[in-house]
Amino acid sequence: MSGAEPQATPLLSIRGLRVDFATDAGSVPAVRGVDLDIGISETVALVGESGCGKSVTAMSVMRLLTGRISAGSIRFGNTELQSLSEPEMRRIRGAQIGMVFQEPMTSLNPVLTIGKQIEEVLTLHQRLTSSAARAHAVELLKRVGIPSAERRASQYPHELSGGMKQRVMIAMAISCRPKLLIADEPTTALDVTIQAQIMDLLGSLQQELGMAVLLITHDLGVVAHFAERVAVMYAGKIVEQGAVRDIFKRAAHPYTRALLAALPDPLRTAARLEAIPGRVPLPRMLPAGCAFCARCKHVFEPCPGVLPELFPIAPGHSAACFLHDPRRAPSNVPCQ
Amino acid sequence: MRKSPLQLALQRVLRNRMAIGGASLLIAITLSCVLLPPLLGLDPNHTQPSLRNEAPSARFIFGTDTLGRDVFARVLVGGRTSLLVGIAATAVSILVGVTYGAVAGFYGGKVDEAMMRLVDFLYGLPYMFLVILIMLMFSETARGDALPVFLALGLVQWLTMARIVRGQVLTLRHQEFVLAAELIGASDARILLRHVLPNVLGIVVVYGTLMVPSVIILESFLSFLGLGVALSWGQLVADGIAVVNPIRSYWWILVWPSLFLGATLLSLNFVGDGLRDALDPKART
Repeated sequence: MSGAEPQATPLLSIRGLRVDFATDAGSVPAVRGVDLDIGISETVALVGESGCGKSVTAMSVMRLLTGRISAGSIRFGNTELQSLSEPEMRRIRGAQIGMVFQEPMTSLNPVLTIGKQIEEVLTLHQRLTSSAARAHAVELLKRVGIPSAERRASQYPHELSGGMKQRVMIAMAISCRPKLLIADEPTTALDVTIQAQIMDLLGSLQQELGMAVLLITHDLGVVAHFAERVAVMYAGKIVEQGAVRDIFKRAAHPYTRALLAALPDPLRTAARLEAIPGRVPLPRMLPAGCAFCARCKHVFEPCPGVLPELFPIAPGHSAACFLHDPRRAPSNVPCQ
Repeated sequence: MRKSPLQLALQRVLRNRMAIGGASLLIAITLSCVLLPPLLGLDPNHTQPSLRNEAPSARFIFGTDTLGRDVFARVLVGGRTSLLVGIAATAVSILVGVTYGAVAGFYGGKVDEAMMRLVDFLYGLPYMFLVILIMLMFSETARGDALPVFLALGLVQWLTMARIVRGQVLTLRHQEFVLAAELIGASDARILLRHVLPNVLGIVVVYGTLMVPSVIILESFLSFLGLGVALSWGQLVADGIAVVNPIRSYWWILVWPSLFLGATLLSLNFVGDGLRDALDPKART
């Protein structure tokens, strides 16, 4: 398969994932055939704009979707997650795969102290006495950088700031030393200085615990600092994936290039920001071919009618664009 | 220093004078009903044909009724029944209503649809009709017994509780913290009991407090119609009404039970309102 595969068996391996949501207007595809591998201790960023299917992909891994997985496989280690019973899946959630998401303000139960909420994860997955769970919870709060952790453990969520709450969520997610942490836009709701602190914390925890991280974000700045590998999603498909270096220096898909061009450049403050013309097609009205073709400057004959596969560009770097079809005359490939 | 949201709410209730006044009066009435009859050796059914329709005096502070029974004793013992019916029927309806509403709201979709249609159907039936029907089912075996009254009233009152809880659970179900609980591998039962229901507790307490008086009223009404428990405030009021006539009004037979009934209902409403204000998220200061 495409993408970088330095390891023999990846920790998480998603193949041909398709997710549909039933609506009044019929079934709407949210994810249309995603292949993604995450190696042990690897950090993979899944980027794309709102509604492209990033979070749906993540929730499919957790099997907590309101939509339906219509095709594809999700293997975690040697286990096919979709074949597990619900109690078996519960033993994986929180223990093997942790998840942090966007909204720390509402992610904690308002009527339980934060200590109690961390203890809950611990007692669900480990045999611990309540005093041991308490001690461990305080330990975790210290680890995620919450000052006076003992006092904080007996506080209620409304007594904590947003950044603190996100730290608590991270403490809960890592409490059972998961092999994989899914961070779904962990910093979107936080202000910029706190964002940097939270990303630093995630980075150091990853190093310390050796866990793999699937970082879902639309912030390319975060991606550049944090991830090893990047997968770019557009309208329910991965359109390009490769090492961070490749994506930022040698982006191959016109969508990725347009995204990078749209980043503000601090050295050219006077220039107007580039924008991608047009808008994301509605999931119900996708063309038969490349979903980006209506907004792409390089569009040519096969684009609207034929779905491009991921064409290899370099080892571990591929893009779903006919510009990189090896059967095409190489002279036509525009260089950045 | 560390206060849970419920403790904070309690603190606000304690600052509410109406609620505290209501609660004190309620406790006073309850304690008198429970403790005074055995302490003073009062017998509500002891008839004294020579002392019929006595006006309040030092000996009979509330007077006596048409059979020469002590109205004071009857009001206190009747109060036991009324309060017990109110609390027990409310407990039944909370138990049934919260369970039913929580399950419907939590699972949503078709389960919710089916369960709530049943509630709508029962709502559509006149509740008095239902109560009377249930009471008649027990009429041969247990006339005047309190248990069928608890059941009948509880089984009618749970409908509103189920609707309220279902609505709350439906919104809580899609809160991020419930998703977070799913993400740490908690089971449905655990999420419902530990994460969802504690968040509904406030509203259940408030509605429960306001339900007690409405159940007491209902029971009084049933007693008034002759379907209730033998000796309750409703029954006493009915007796009192019966003896009022333009020539001689034995007012004490009617006024005392009515006064106790009214005071209890008013106090319960004050307490309920106080709790509601305290637990209202918009009233947070």
